[in-house]
Amino acid sequence: MNGNFTIPKFKLPDFIASLGQKLPQWPHALVLVGALNAALKMKLLPESELAMLEDKLFRVRVLDTGGEASYTYRNGLFRPVFRPEREPDLAFAANLSAFLQLLARQEDPDTLFFNRELEITGDTELGLIVKNMLDAVEWPKLPRLPLASN
Amino acid sequence: MQFGMAILPRLIFRSLPMSSLPDLVCPAGSLPALKAAVDNGADTVYLGYKNDTNARNFAGLNFDAKTMAEGIRYAHAKGREVLMAINTFPQAGRTADWHAAVDGAVDQGVDAIILADIGLLDYATRKHPQQRLHLSVQGSATSYEAINFCQREFGIRRAVLPRVLTLAQVEHVIKNTTVEIEVFGFGSLCVMNEGRCWLSSYACGESPNTVGACSPAKYVKWDKKPGTMETRLNGILIDRFGDDEPAGYPTLCKGRFEVQGETYYALEEPTSLNVLELLPDIIKIGVRAIKVEGRQRSPTYVAQVTRTLRAALDAARDSAERFHVKPAWQAELAKVSEGSQATLGAYNRPWR
Repeated sequence: MNGNFTIPKFKLPDFIASLGQKLPQWPHALVLVGALNAALKMKLLPESELAMLEDKLFRVRVLDTGGEASYTYRNGLFRPVFRPEREPDLAFAANLSAFLQLLARQEDPDTLFFNRELEITGDTELGLIVKNMLDAVEWPKLPRLPLASN
Repeated sequence: MQFGMAILPRLIFRSLPMSSLPDLVCPAGSLPALKAAVDNGADTVYLGYKNDTNARNFAGLNFDAKTMAEGIRYAHAKGREVLMAINTFPQAGRTADWHAAVDGAVDQGVDAIILADIGLLDYATRKHPQQRLHLSVQGSATSYEAINFCQREFGIRRAVLPRVLTLAQVEHVIKNTTVEIEVFGFGSLCVMNEGRCWLSSYACGESPNTVGACSPAKYVKWDKKPGTMETRLNGILIDRFGDDEPAGYPTLCKGRFEVQGETYYALEEPTSLNVLELLPDIIKIGVRAIKVEGRQRSPTYVAQVTRTLRAALDAARDSAERFHVKPAWQAELAKVSEGSQATLGAYNRPWR
């Protein structure tokens, strides 16, 4: 996908996490939910698997930024949950670099899990459904810019 | 024209007499994984249906008829082969589901079907005598007598060997059969009692043979506590990891247990098989195909492992004498390994 650019493994300094925890968390949730709904609109996510996400509560925590986002899937849309009133059904936690490497398909989630860089807690089967659903997405190819090629 | 040029080198090498290079057989749990395998140099990909007719029946994984047709088209357009794994055992009263899977594979035009069950081999060879059949690792044939029996009775063209044989034993099998031999080259290791393992059923009543999954996810719980992570399979504590300890899959065979007052990996540590160091020997003894484990892994893993083994195989073809394992290959494979460590497995054991 990205032959020329690789995301290095990094961890932000600890003070950023303590700073991040004091900042409002809703922007993360909105960005995440916006991206997921965009994927929905492009019909990239299979309906049979989406049905299994109905009303489940998800939490994504970025350890080294202190950022956290909770969201759910209901009536065909991902929706942010700003004040979750219960433990999530499925929670992911990792440093920012690990999430970026996953999104860019630069590292495999099992690899990050084996290396203890990605934490998955809650309903393990739900986690597998989400992982396999995202793995099966054929992301549209970005147009090749002359600068980006060799 | 463009892809015609791309497959040309491979066709030329195949036609050379010296081209005894084994096929690189790579896993595909999804369409992007299949394309990653093909694009990174797999000669062959293997896949399965979204149901319990294959041993990687995990939620959200594998192919329906539509994605399978597209995957096969993609691979064939680039001159690569597609194998379909129907490697579980038909369950009582549901034989028709497995027969339908075999018929479907033939209709889809796969290059071979990988089967484990003798009844299913019999069905396939009678119903579809022209279809190429491979004996799955789950068929658990470790001797040339067993393999030759399946050749005589069912016309199998290739057998995938369980990962319990030394290299000398693999060579002994090859010398005594005309069936092509496929061995594992990379991937997660288990207790390797393939096709006969009931450890998962012991813990949760379900196993690869019956439902197509070892330690199904619905029985798995990762419990994070300060400083440790506990893994439970259907309530049974399998392992407890410190924050800096590498983790593995939540199977009984890779758990730590108390045995006579000592707690340790009593059966096996989480680890992956990696045969890079043995490639020249594997080629020399006439292995026909090298298989990569991991249909449950992401397209990223498939791309990383396929690319690495392709480079190593091509280097070994160019010069077996001067072949040496590049540190970059080892680093790439070590990174994606279970438990972050790799082994040569049984291949280089001095004892049998």
